[in-house]
Amino acid sequence: MSAVHAVRLGGGVALVVRPRAIAVGAVLVVAGAALAVAAVGTGEITLSPAEVVRALVGAGDPGTTFVVRDLRLPRVVCAVLAGVALGVSGAVFQALTRNPLGSPDIVGFQQGAAVGALVVITMLEGTGRAVSAGALAGGGLVAAAVYLLAREGGRTSGYRLILIGIAFAFLMTALTEYLLARARVEDAQEGLRWLFGSLNGRTWEDVAPLALGLAVLLPCAVPAGRALRALELGDDAAHGLGVRVERARVGLVALAVGLVSVSTVAVGPIAFVALTAPQIARRLTRAPAPPLVCSALTGAVLVLAADVAAQRVVPETPVPVGVMTGALGGLYLAWLLTISWRSGHA
Amino acid sequence: MTDASLCAERLTLGYDGRTVATELSVAIPDGGFTAIVGPNACGKSTLLRALARMLAPRAGRVLLDGVEIRQRPTKEVARRLGLLPQTATAPDGIVVADLVARGRHPYQRLLRQWSQEDERAVREAMRRTGVDDLAGRPVDELSGGQRQRVWLAMALAQETSLLLLDEPTTFLDIAHQLEVLELCADLHAAGRTLVAVLHDLNHACRYATHLVAMRDGAIVAQGAPADIVDAELVAAVFGLNCLVVPCPATGAPMVVPCDRRGASVLVEDPVA
Repeated sequence: MSAVHAVRLGGGVALVVRPRAIAVGAVLVVAGAALAVAAVGTGEITLSPAEVVRALVGAGDPGTTFVVRDLRLPRVVCAVLAGVALGVSGAVFQALTRNPLGSPDIVGFQQGAAVGALVVITMLEGTGRAVSAGALAGGGLVAAAVYLLAREGGRTSGYRLILIGIAFAFLMTALTEYLLARARVEDAQEGLRWLFGSLNGRTWEDVAPLALGLAVLLPCAVPAGRALRALELGDDAAHGLGVRVERARVGLVALAVGLVSVSTVAVGPIAFVALTAPQIARRLTRAPAPPLVCSALTGAVLVLAADVAAQRVVPETPVPVGVMTGALGGLYLAWLLTISWRSGHA
Repeated sequence: MTDASLCAERLTLGYDGRTVATELSVAIPDGGFTAIVGPNACGKSTLLRALARMLAPRAGRVLLDGVEIRQRPTKEVARRLGLLPQTATAPDGIVVADLVARGRHPYQRLLRQWSQEDERAVREAMRRTGVDDLAGRPVDELSGGQRQRVWLAMALAQETSLLLLDEPTTFLDIAHQLEVLELCADLHAAGRTLVAVLHDLNHACRYATHLVAMRDGAIVAQGAPADIVDAELVAAVFGLNCLVVPCPATGAPMVVPCDRRGASVLVEDPVA
């Protein structure tokens, strides 16, 4: 038996892989594809999986093809990309803080983005791009503040980051409520719609910035994964292995915040995915730390499943996807924690 | 004096606003087993941190192969100097072979994550430390002694000629302390240069070839144990009234504390 499983490709390229992670990844891809087909078939006109696939490959009738490709596919692609972004962001953050609670949706980034968006919606009467810019600025400012306050003598501990982040999350939630309370009713309604995180009415125009953001950020996740494997052993050990610890940490925080930001801008703050996906992926793969690729796939599957459920459970009044991820993710996490406590592996 | 690839020149060290040590100059003899000893909070771990480039000195410099260590690329240093820190944490459920393999980090690149060389180094490190039978076991299920051997294996897999160990025997029972020190002695005998912060002066005298004795952030004495360790030094460093006798097993200096209740001293002048 080899100490590490590696796939050797030509030209000196060799990648470390875990057989179990590949199997889990394959299952997640199949589940995601099935959910995507189901999601595209869901709506005012119900389409069978066969009809969906025909329309996707260009063999359907023009009407169905229009519904599938132009009306429903962007929504599904948005769900997948947002799920990937949240999954990776959560995995990076949880690995960095060595704590499942160290998720961007717990430590205030999403709440900061919400305040930014609400300031634009309720005080500046802004819409569209302006709301996105507000969300980006809010999330970024909170991230910078949390990071700077968590620094102590040139080092940042994961624990401090989480505690300060949670404090900021409460502060931002209070600000959100204040902004909603003093806003005009119509603005408050618009703000609430944004706050729930929704995939309704997404078009290819919404997909483009999200896809572009991921195209830039995801390649950075590869070196990030390498740095994380060293940082997991503790700052001193990572130092000994030749990692510039604080520089790596700034880069990782920036990557995680960037990922959660592009997702939030595209679909609003979808709750719980960044927290839950890495934990589910970690347990499925039995990896020592949240695995990046499987967390991304789990995130995509979670958002897709939540969206399908959100549309199907009460077809007359579809709930926003964010409400559904909150409910599904929360239940699953509670179940996982109960199971692991009972078996003594909390 | 022998050659020293790693040395410190007039270091002032501290954390935040607090100065811990001043004017520290040490030369780590190549091929030696250097032990840094002294009472709690005397700055011995701080000195090790500075030697391992983890702490930037306020003044003075640390030289590795004649070049200031913090000027060299940290990854290059990591192939020259390995470190076993006090605070390393194993990720939940990680298995031994996986943890030892992390020691290959300084040799790996994005697309060349695992080579035959890495495989060989990891096997060799596990064999040397006697953890090859544990390869597939989760690290958190091991005993303290086994775990420390696994961390040593990780540091060994880094294949550096210099190895720095921060209190490698703390929290271990006496048998496991000796097991780890014997392992260190083997590594030293195989040609590695070792630097360890040790709590137990008798262990240091028994295994190290060179001592650096510190107190209150200053170096009190450095040299071979047999040359520098006597009752006077122990009194100066630890404030302890004691006899220093040759160890019956090895002949190395051995510290025997005097009876504080004033009972008669059985051996009048054991060294004579």
